[in-house]
Amino acid sequence: MKILVCMKQVPQKDAPLKLNEAGTWIREDVSYEVNEPDAYALEEALRQKEKHTGEVVVVTAGPARAQQVLREALAKGADRAIHLEGDGFVGLDAYNTARAIAAAIKDETFDLVFTGLQSDDYGYAQTGVILAEILGWPHATIIMQIEKTDGGIRVKRELEAGFFQFVDVPLPAVLTIQSGINKLRYATLIGIKQAKNKPMRKVAMSEVQSALGDNLQKIEKLYVPQKSKNTEFLEGSPAEVAKKLVEKLKNDVRVL
Amino acid sequence: MADTILVVVEQREGKLNRVSWETIAAGQAIAADMGWTLEAAVVGSGVSAIAGEVAAKKLAKVYAVESSKLEPYTPDAFAAALKQFIEKHPARVVLMPHTYQVRDFVPKLATALASTAISDVVGYKHDGSKLLFTRQMFQGKFVADVSFTGTGPGFVTFQNGAFRADKVEGGASVAPVETVNVEVPDGLVRNKPQEIFKEAKQAVDLTQAEIIVSVGRGIKEQKNIDLAKQLADALGGELAASRPICDNGWLPMDRQIGSSGQTVAPKLYLALGISGAIQHIVGMKGAKSIIAINKDSEAPIFEIADYAVVGNLFDIVPPLIEEVKKAKG
Repeated sequence: MKILVCMKQVPQKDAPLKLNEAGTWIREDVSYEVNEPDAYALEEALRQKEKHTGEVVVVTAGPARAQQVLREALAKGADRAIHLEGDGFVGLDAYNTARAIAAAIKDETFDLVFTGLQSDDYGYAQTGVILAEILGWPHATIIMQIEKTDGGIRVKRELEAGFFQFVDVPLPAVLTIQSGINKLRYATLIGIKQAKNKPMRKVAMSEVQSALGDNLQKIEKLYVPQKSKNTEFLEGSPAEVAKKLVEKLKNDVRVL
Repeated sequence: MADTILVVVEQREGKLNRVSWETIAAGQAIAADMGWTLEAAVVGSGVSAIAGEVAAKKLAKVYAVESSKLEPYTPDAFAAALKQFIEKHPARVVLMPHTYQVRDFVPKLATALASTAISDVVGYKHDGSKLLFTRQMFQGKFVADVSFTGTGPGFVTFQNGAFRADKVEGGASVAPVETVNVEVPDGLVRNKPQEIFKEAKQAVDLTQAEIIVSVGRGIKEQKNIDLAKQLADALGGELAASRPICDNGWLPMDRQIGSSGQTVAPKLYLALGISGAIQHIVGMKGAKSIIAINKDSEAPIFEIADYAVVGNLFDIVPPLIEEVKKAKG
């Protein structure tokens, strides 16, 4: 099984974020980490490779700092990496990001492409599905299980409210992977060492520019949400707060 | 040609998904503000009854987009059917609820029409004739106003609860219903879906609980969940959790609150160590009262909390349990 895993670097979950001066994006001087659903996608790809042999290739589109996500993936067991490197990749909409990835892999023959179901920063949940349409491949989303079959794969698709559905999908296909599909592994020291010698192919914006178009949507303004709720902050020592909370539970919430 | 808003309602196995009323409410609001025409479509096989249900509301027209190949749902069939329909019935914007099914095909449909979708929208504004759609970013820490910059139909998916189903206006008369038969060629549909099923027998129905004590990553370790359980017991409530806790196997999946778990609207939702990621909030923002305890003052959960405590839950919950027990006598 030759599997491509699309991974994104996003600001760390608890990183304090600040708006840039223009109010159109965040200031980039924060710590970054791998987008959590993508980590699950990578883990799933590594497990499929361990079960069926094959190759796992990881790709990301982003500035130089995004290389860290690829290095960690290689350390965990991915075989090679592709870095669409450039600041310009940050501002691309999902359609263009998918076009850039498709352009970068046009000479490859993957059986499967995985993405996380959505990113922790934008939360659009689109890039994988758009990529499937561009490649002309079938796809399935929010996947919790993958089994190889004679005709391709059988996947378990998560639905709302605890429902699921099995779907038979022919290969090659794109899958968007749900968190919790598996348990994430840690990179071993040997893995980290071996990662240094694994191929890392850099692709510049100029190489894929002709495949891109104009962005079809634009963030006009990014801002702190206006509070619609009148939140009352309760302060004091834990003992004092506990008493205040019980008062609220009695008199306002009326559950005591 | 009128400026048209198209709402594509969702049906599952012959029944209208109730969240579609929220999308119709959104469509009616935008139509009123922009002076545009509102139409709706239902996609499937044998869906004229659903089209009739929708036609009772205040809108100009309802379409039943029909093909036997549209049942069961597959992204190939739905994208092909709607592409055909929209090419013949142009719209300025196409609105849908942000359901798992819509997420499965809308990006494909938008791309096939050389257009784009703005997902998981919580509201809209208009600046003259320019529509801006508001959506949360960075797990709810910020919101963005997003505009369409292309010429194609703009797709918008609305977050659960962003608009209210009870705000849908009825029509003075029943809207005309038109059946549109679409072509879905043999071989186009590549996926073979099986029956939809529920995983395990649900031991607890959290939607019936009046009081819910819910834990997130801030609970740190599985053994600490017992502290939350003690609080739940003292209050006479149920224990619940955000997704990561269930992914770790610390609580069973039927305790999960959020877009992939249960949606609840209890009298009290007490969130312990929950940051307030969007996928969790959509499952509980309807609670009558929300109390949040989190050591991060910037946690998005505080945006929707009625009462908030910025502090260490391990310091606060033990005395809270004692005070609750005292109050109950």
